[in-house]
Amino acid sequence: MEILVNGTPHIVPENTTAAQLLAILEIHGKRLALEVNQELVPRSQFETTLLKPNDTVEIVHAIGGG
Amino acid sequence: MQNPTLPSDTLTIAGKEYSSRLLVGTGKYKDLAETKAATEASGAQIITVAIRRTNIGQNKDEPNLLDVIPLDKYTLLPNTAGCYNVEDAVRTCRLARELLDGHDLVKLEVLGDVKTLYPDTIQTLKAAEILVKDGFKVMVYTSDDPLIARQLEEIGCVAVMPLAAPIGSGLGIRNPYNILEIIENAKVPIIVDAGVGTASDAAIAMEMGCDGVLMNTAIAGAKNPVLMASAMKKAIEAGREAFLAGRMPRKRYASASSPLDGTFF
Repeated sequence: MEILVNGTPHIVPENTTAAQLLAILEIHGKRLALEVNQELVPRSQFETTLLKPNDTVEIVHAIGGG
Repeated sequence: MQNPTLPSDTLTIAGKEYSSRLLVGTGKYKDLAETKAATEASGAQIITVAIRRTNIGQNKDEPNLLDVIPLDKYTLLPNTAGCYNVEDAVRTCRLARELLDGHDLVKLEVLGDVKTLYPDTIQTLKAAEILVKDGFKVMVYTSDDPLIARQLEEIGCVAVMPLAAPIGSGLGIRNPYNILEIIENAKVPIIVDAGVGTASDAAIAMEMGCDGVLMNTAIAGAKNPVLMASAMKKAIEAGREAFLAGRMPRKRYASASSPLDGTFF
């Protein structure tokens, strides 16, 4: 199925969880926060949050800023 | 060494005490090494960070700011820079709180105009209300309008941060009487945020009675950022001590410093 991750289309298997997506992207274990369709997903729910086709996922981190 | 005349002159924000009154941003440096060196030289204890999309794909292993900035040494202040509406600002704060394990101190800014980066105070008030109700401790960037500053305090913001001049402009304090009015009416810390250009600007803000100054470009945009960070640290301390000492009154005519008694000519 196709989902949008940080503005870029990605093809992932059906029923991919948020945690599995991070593993696919090879960024699991990093300090980041995630929202699906503009709703925050707490880290504790990454394993249980199933992604659906056309979901919009944003994965963010902290960078330098004033 | 602690200054004997200032045994416990600390800045308290949301119940936490800080010995430094200089708050710094971490943007615009040439690399993370310079960010780290300048931040250390500034002596700042509260540092702002931005929340942005993480690198995926090619640059996913790029070093991250939080790898070089020790989280136990600084209080991180995630900002909502780049947000032009309430929804984006609130989303950004919620992501930041999750990112930083429940850390709820945030710098709210809701901008209204790309050219001036001037704050949209109406949207800022709305966002502040939502965030305070949601349990955030909000340090809020605003204009130098004393009435808006008062309303932001009434909403429950833990610090009000009026601009000295537009973000990144380095023009110094353009409306000192408004800043003074805000300081005199406030019960929460007033921190001048944005517009400082050089050390004297920071000292003037502190001499006026500001509780602190937040800056980024004045340091990162200097020819030697690490040296400027050190200059700012001293300017903030000097300005604070001058404020506490109480300046002499201004007089129009001279007043001799040497006694006239005992002159032999």
